[in-house]
Amino acid sequence: MTETSQSVSQSVPQPEPRLELVDVRKAFGPKVVLDGLNLSVALGESVVIIGGSGTGKSVTLKCILGLLQPDSGQVRIDGEDTVGLRGAARERVLTKFGMLFQSAALFDSLSVWENVAFGLTEGAGMEREAARAIAIDKLAKVGLDEDIAMGDPSGLSGGMRKRVGLARAIATEPDIIFFDEPTTGLDPIMGDVINNLINECVQDLGATTLTITHDMSSARIIADRVAMLYGGKIIWAGGVDQIDDCDNAYVDQFIHGRETGPFALEVT
Amino acid sequence: MGNPLAVIGRVFLSFLATVGRLSIFTGRSLSAVVTFPFYWRLCLQQMMTIGYYSLPVVGMTALFTGAVLALQIYLGSARFGAESAVPNIVVVGLTRELGPVLAGLMLGGRVGAAIAAELGTMKVTEQLDALITLQTNPFRYLVVPRLVAATITTPILVMIADIIGVMGGYLVGIHQLGFNSAVYLKNTFDFLEVMDVTSGLVKAAIFGFLIALMGCYHGFHSKGGAQGVGKATTDAVVSSLILILISNYLVTAAFFSQ
Repeated sequence: MTETSQSVSQSVPQPEPRLELVDVRKAFGPKVVLDGLNLSVALGESVVIIGGSGTGKSVTLKCILGLLQPDSGQVRIDGEDTVGLRGAARERVLTKFGMLFQSAALFDSLSVWENVAFGLTEGAGMEREAARAIAIDKLAKVGLDEDIAMGDPSGLSGGMRKRVGLARAIATEPDIIFFDEPTTGLDPIMGDVINNLINECVQDLGATTLTITHDMSSARIIADRVAMLYGGKIIWAGGVDQIDDCDNAYVDQFIHGRETGPFALEVT
Repeated sequence: MGNPLAVIGRVFLSFLATVGRLSIFTGRSLSAVVTFPFYWRLCLQQMMTIGYYSLPVVGMTALFTGAVLALQIYLGSARFGAESAVPNIVVVGLTRELGPVLAGLMLGGRVGAAIAAELGTMKVTEQLDALITLQTNPFRYLVVPRLVAATITTPILVMIADIIGVMGGYLVGIHQLGFNSAVYLKNTFDFLEVMDVTSGLVKAAIFGFLIALMGCYHGFHSKGGAQGVGKATTDAVVSSLILILISNYLVTAAFFSQ
């Protein structure tokens, strides 16, 4: 028995969604990745999407940001359907977003502070000196000092790159922040540092967040609500405190990392 | 083994798809050139990278090309007693053809590969996606500065290459072939026409544009990891060299056909 996100939203009164995906479909040739995905994220809510590799978590984020065009369905941001927006209209919508990429995606040709200030200088047209001061402040928030700010991203460790990526994601103080596998590739301690930094930064900003991760410890720290993506759909969604007691066999197998279960046939 | 007609059809359709993608990419790039913002600082940086840092390789190529051209023309023209034509043919050959084409080929290897590798790496490491999420148009931020810089700096490089090439021919002419210095220079400048230089510089601008366009196009369309970036780099160099040779013929035909 599976519980859909729609049934959850019927049982729990939800505030006006800041972000809503309605029946989103996306296929790459014959491979259907998103098959009628429905998900809503309320104002100020932190939702974590969990799911196995290749289930379409990153595709979901890219469809919301307009990096990929859904084949059908709606992506509503503050009530506005953003599918098909281009040019200035897309850039206007993107001003609401910040994103921490899985690989941090720092620009090698720029210094650390220029990376953090990029959205301010190039996106918002702020003067470099003012943007630099903000970048250094944001870097301090994630525990990086001014010496690192002046350096080159290529010299940073994986954890530091993630922190710089986080500082860049929050530099423009966006309404909505996406975190793509924020703890992947980090040791457990650094993973915990990143999780706590995400929580602190998000609370400071009061932002709405959507995170995709395999890391259940990360999900438990970051999430208000967890949604499981499987077969191109959200097959279960509920509060983070409900996840251990849910009766969904897929979720149960995933959160406990068991070899046996409904995923077993696909794993073997 | 499939049906040969089906194979030919697939190859042709793939070719048409590539032409379509390239046309759209070129259209988006050109429209980005004429819309704000224009990143002057990045454009100047690219001028340094593409132009200034290519000067040694282009200069060396031109110097030895001019030298060997003088030597070969002397040896050939000596068969029918026309050795005095060496300065004339060296300067025309260099300014019309060898200067722009050889500089274009060298830049295609050096600059085209560098652009494709850099942008390809940005693509596979999600830096292009990051640019978009930071409300920055990758065409304006990455493609336009490279296109503009390559189109402006390649003619400048070719003009310098022409001068160095003529100097190479002059050095061989007076030190090895026994020409009088003043006569060699007089024959060079008397024979040279404005159209010789102009056609070479127009070619150079077109070559520069094509090199940057191919580098950007293949970089933006690279897939996978290191192997994908390597393939994009190879494709950028090969396609830019082929386009240089084809466009060289077309421009020459346009300038000099009666």
